[in-house]
This record gives sequence, C-alpha cells and structure tokens, in this order.
Amino acid sequence: MRELNIEALIENLDQVLAFVDEEIDKLECSVKIRTQIDIAVEELFVNIAHYAYNPETGPATVRVEVEKDPPAISITFIDHGIPYDPLAKADPDITLSADEREIGGLGIFMVKKSMDSIDYEYKDGQNILHIRKLI
Amino acid sequence: MTINKNQDGSKLEIALEGRLDTMTAPALEEEVKSSIEGIKELVFDLKDLVYVSSAGLRVLLSAQKTMNKQGSMTIKNANEEVMEIFEVTGFIDILNIEE
Repeated sequence: MRELNIEALIENLDQVLAFVDEEIDKLECSVKIRTQIDIAVEELFVNIAHYAYNPETGPATVRVEVEKDPPAISITFIDHGIPYDPLAKADPDITLSADEREIGGLGIFMVKKSMDSIDYEYKDGQNILHIRKLI
Repeated sequence: MTINKNQDGSKLEIALEGRLDTMTAPALEEEVKSSIEGIKELVFDLKDLVYVSSAGLRVLLSAQKTMNKQGSMTIKNANEEVMEIFEVTGFIDILNIEE
C-alpha cells in the first residue's frame, strides 16, 4: 500500500496521476484499463479540488493498493472537506440530444461505468471514496 | 496537448494531439471560442488524441451545440480508447463521428 498526501489543487493532478500510474505499471495492464483508471483518478481528484474546501483549499490523501489474486487495483481518496456523496447525484440522461444535454455530471458517471466497484462513506469528518478495478 | 488549426474559408479543422483533460481543456475552449465565428464546417481530427476526460467532453459538447446553430461538426480518426469514452457517455449519438 502506498499513500500520497497532497494539496487538493487541480495543478497537482499530474503529480497524482504519476503516483497512481507508477503503481499500475507494476501490473500487466491493458492501455484501455490504464486509461479508465487515469480518467477515474482525474475525475475524483478534480472533484475534491473543486468542491471539498471551496473557496479555500485543503489536503487530500490518495491511497493505492495493488491486489494480486485476482489482479486488481484499489484506490481510496480521502478529504476533510464538506460532506459530499458524489454517488447520490442522479446519472445524466445520455439519451438526450446535444442541445438538451447539460454540461456536467459526466465525470462521476464515467467512473461508475468503468470501475468494478465504487463506494462512499463519511466517517470521522472525512469523505472517503473508494474505487476498485479488476485488471 | 497540442492544438493544430487549419482554416480554409468557413471550414476549420482542429487536430488534437496528446491528452484532453482538466488541465488542457481550457486551452481548447479558448481556441474554439476565438475561431468559431463564421465557421460553417468544423472538423476535429483526433488521430493523435490518446485521452479525453469529462472536462474535454464538455468542450466538444459545447462546440457541437454552437455548430448545431451555424453549420456542422464532425469528429474523425478517434482511437479505440477515445471511442469507448464516446460510447459510455452516449456522445456517440450526439456527435457526428466518422468511422
């Protein structure tokens, strides 16, 4: 298990991705799955950066665990910001036309679709969001 | 991400190279905003685009909405990973994607 503690700023996204990718690269992982994990990490970290401490900033923890049997990667995002359950939001209606589609809500939807599990809890003043992807 | 623009009268082709994500989407949004006026045909060449997150999808959707009022927009050469994202998000039905 490895952990990165970092200020929740979008400027730090590349650093978070580099940290996660280093772990992914220890596994034999297809480009497709690596891309899906990167997107999930981006969407979830950017959510924290935008909303958790708004208008202030604060810390985020990104914890990565690599599982061997079955091969999987498990990532936990923790912040101490305002309680926010991104899973409580309704999915966007993806059958609407371009003119009717709203800009927003897509990020978390992509994460839900691409990960094998996603769960959220608010505990001891922390937002804890966990994703897991079988490799 | 690199943005290459090629304009021929009212036709504009924008070729994207690299990653269209939270960090790079604002630059594309600026480019589209500053050059879309008077354009009747907008083409995005995604041959060398390897990644697109929701921030990038927002810019493409917004360009599509503008082009629906003034002409047409086409996406071409999207790779497998990018196509997969268009499928999952339903963008495959709202963008005009050339196979």
